[in-house]
Amino acid sequence: MNGNPYLFAAYAVTWIIHIAYLGTIVRRYTRLRGEIEQLKKPGVRSSGNSD
Amino acid sequence: MKKTFPILGVLTAVLLIYALYQGLVVAPTERTMGDVQRIFYYHVPSAWTAFILFFINFGASVVYLIKRNPAADIVALVCAEVGVVFCTVVLITGPIWARPVWGIWWTWDMRLTSTLVLWLIYVSYLFLRRFSSGGQTPTLAAALAVLGALCVPFVYFSIWFFRTQHPQPVMGGGGSIDPRMLHALLINWLAFSCFAFLVCWSRYRLEKLQREVDQAHAMQSLLDPSGSVR
Repeated sequence: MNGNPYLFAAYAVTWIIHIAYLGTIVRRYTRLRGEIEQLKKPGVRSSGNSD
Repeated sequence: MKKTFPILGVLTAVLLIYALYQGLVVAPTERTMGDVQRIFYYHVPSAWTAFILFFINFGASVVYLIKRNPAADIVALVCAEVGVVFCTVVLITGPIWARPVWGIWWTWDMRLTSTLVLWLIYVSYLFLRRFSSGGQTPTLAAALAVLGALCVPFVYFSIWFFRTQHPQPVMGGGGSIDPRMLHALLINWLAFSCFAFLVCWSRYRLEKLQREVDQAHAMQSLLDPSGSVR
């Protein structure tokens, strides 16, 4: 198999898309963990939005 | 349950590497297109995976419309989101393959246009879920998903019904394929299906957690000692 720029681009773009999406899941999960920690603290009022 | 996910994650990673090896090394080079044809091993499995996820979205939406089951609503949302990711891969790898083979990035033929329309329908579905508020949102989204799913068979069979530049389907298209190419294709499809399943699983857990946190916020607002209603 010879190096083909189109082939490389297609495979690279596929993984960039998947990794970017996984990154959004991890970011949302981290934010939620923070919110849960806030909720667990006694006497802390809700700061979450409803959107 | 806690151990299952990492084990499946490692197995899927190994399968994806093996599938990459099959697609890049083991599968023979196509005579007319050359190495660029190997895009096929990512493009086609991504399309099949997206179609399956959209069908699961359809089934879960029907279940939600009949039973108002919140779990079905989450499954529908998750499958639409991951399906859009895979459909995006299809819409980007397709033109990258088309450029050296057809000489153009894009043409408004039936397969390409209907795939773009399918993607737009499910992006609309996700926009509806994200930006619409109120109790009717899951019902409206489920109705949109049922209509959107009708587009999936249209996209698949469009190359049979219309004259198009897109190649005929690998399965049931009447052509033949080298067994090593078919093996690489099926291995890649299996690997991407396992990957999609794990991503859906993670996203399902995240969405469930999000709803629990939203409920906790709502409860906390109700129990607010100041008595103010938010």
